[in-house]
Amino acid sequence: MKPVIQVNHLIKRYKKETRNAVNDLSFEVFEGELFAFLGPNGAGKTTTISILTTTLIKTSGEVKIAGFDIERDPTKVRDNIGVIFQKPSLDQNLTAEENIRFHAILYGLYRFNPTFSLMPESYRRRVLELSTILGIENEIFKPIRNFSGGMKRKLEIVRSLMQKPKILFLDEPTSGLDPLSRKNLWDYLQKVRQEEKTTIFLTTHYLEEAENADRVCIVDKGRIVVIGTPKNVKEELIDEYLLINSKKRDLLRHELNDLNVKFEEGEYFKVYLKGKSIQKIINRLTVDLNVLQIHTPSLEDAYLELIEMGEKR
Amino acid sequence: MKNINAILTIAFRDVLKFLRDRPRILATFIFPIIFIGVLGGSFQSNLGKVAGFNFLTFVFVGVIAQTLFQSAASGIISLIEDRENDFSQEIFIAPISRYSIIIGKIFGESLVAYLQIIGVIAFGLIIGVPIILPRLLLLIPVGVIVALSGGSFGVLIMSQLNTQRAANQVFPFVLLPQFFLAGVFTPIKILPIYLLILSRISPMTYGVDFARGIYYWGTPEYQKIVLYNPLVDLTILIVMFVSFIGIGTYFFVRNERNK
Repeated sequence: MKPVIQVNHLIKRYKKETRNAVNDLSFEVFEGELFAFLGPNGAGKTTTISILTTTLIKTSGEVKIAGFDIERDPTKVRDNIGVIFQKPSLDQNLTAEENIRFHAILYGLYRFNPTFSLMPESYRRRVLELSTILGIENEIFKPIRNFSGGMKRKLEIVRSLMQKPKILFLDEPTSGLDPLSRKNLWDYLQKVRQEEKTTIFLTTHYLEEAENADRVCIVDKGRIVVIGTPKNVKEELIDEYLLINSKKRDLLRHELNDLNVKFEEGEYFKVYLKGKSIQKIINRLTVDLNVLQIHTPSLEDAYLELIEMGEKR
Repeated sequence: MKNINAILTIAFRDVLKFLRDRPRILATFIFPIIFIGVLGGSFQSNLGKVAGFNFLTFVFVGVIAQTLFQSAASGIISLIEDRENDFSQEIFIAPISRYSIIIGKIFGESLVAYLQIIGVIAFGLIIGVPIILPRLLLLIPVGVIVALSGGSFGVLIMSQLNTQRAANQVFPFVLLPQFFLAGVFTPIKILPIYLLILSRISPMTYGVDFARGIYYWGTPEYQKIVLYNPLVDLTILIVMFVSFIGIGTYFFVRNERNK
């Protein structure tokens, strides 16, 4: 697989700041990958996306998008990407369709025409197709001034998909969307990925969205904390464990000591598995258990644990 | 080709915005009434005979040039407005030259300026300003140069400002004095030295003088009214246009990306 995003020792320090907002990031994203970029507020996610999409100048380091250097060939980079910004960037004076048309012409997809009906058939079809997928087909010719936040987001998504970009940058794209629209959007994005090998670079607060990613990169304070598949990240970050309890706590403690497993005593006994088979542990316990829970970490657990660790640092 | 379509669509957006902005359209009809009707009318009644030329016509041609210049210049502020609404992200992420964005903007605001002089001309005709019609028609193509140089001046000023608030305060400050320094309402052939300097460094002076140079070309009033040969004005306007756009775009793009 060839990398379509290459980031090498990227550093960004804003003017009049003493701390680097992005502090020596290096990673690669491969063609067709769904790459989730996670981190708490202020971790440097939007700064990174802004640099990668050529809207912000880096302090140092090297970034290549679709093989083009962001500093030397910014126009070529922009030719290959679609972006949904965290803050809506729509023109309130225009209708939804006018916003889309403006975008499509700026991207060189169609020639300039002053009205929708004068635009080519392919444009009109695509606008209606995309707006139907996101459920805003009835509002498409209305001024967006009175659109709700969620509708504006949908419009931006339609707009960014017009040009079928090679790499799609999504900065928290589903915040403010209702569950059905989120699902429709993800179904569509998955379809686009399969059909057109679109690479998706995603930042999100919805961890279940990151759970579907090919790889997850968690950043905090401008640095990468962990990068890998969701499975690897979970394993690396937190342990699977058993929660057990018995009325005869002394006996249970005794048996666990004999088994030579690591455990902590709280309301329940928390037994760390460390790759040991659950069955083997249970089989060797003779004491009656009144609580038995197997704890498998979700990405959310991993994430929260990581952020807590970061705060303690 | 891509850049030309981009310029057209950026310009079209400005025209659409203008046409949907009723208070702004209304304002464009009120200003000519004040400028031509009140100022021109009173000067003509009181000074017309002494000056040896018709003041109403003088002010009328001046206001056409001034409207084109000033409207195109102040329309550029909307780029800052776009930045505050985060819409500039959408423009700046597009795979087009930064110059196309700026030129599209100047072009759009020049078109808007042309829509605005419809009000000026209509009012002038209604109150019966003495006009030689073919010469007035000649001003329409000539005015393009005036509007474009006004737009480039707007880009230069705008590139130094970061917020809408600053722009709203600074733009009237750099434009309003030029109404007088450029001789829109009064002749500026003879001025005290400090005003003479200020007048000759005002970019609007050359736009107004250029329009008048064309309108009065070959008439007996030409010598009394026009400062420089239109070719001189044209050269100065072109130099201004190119250098203002170059410098303005450079700083604007730098401020936009270098945070």
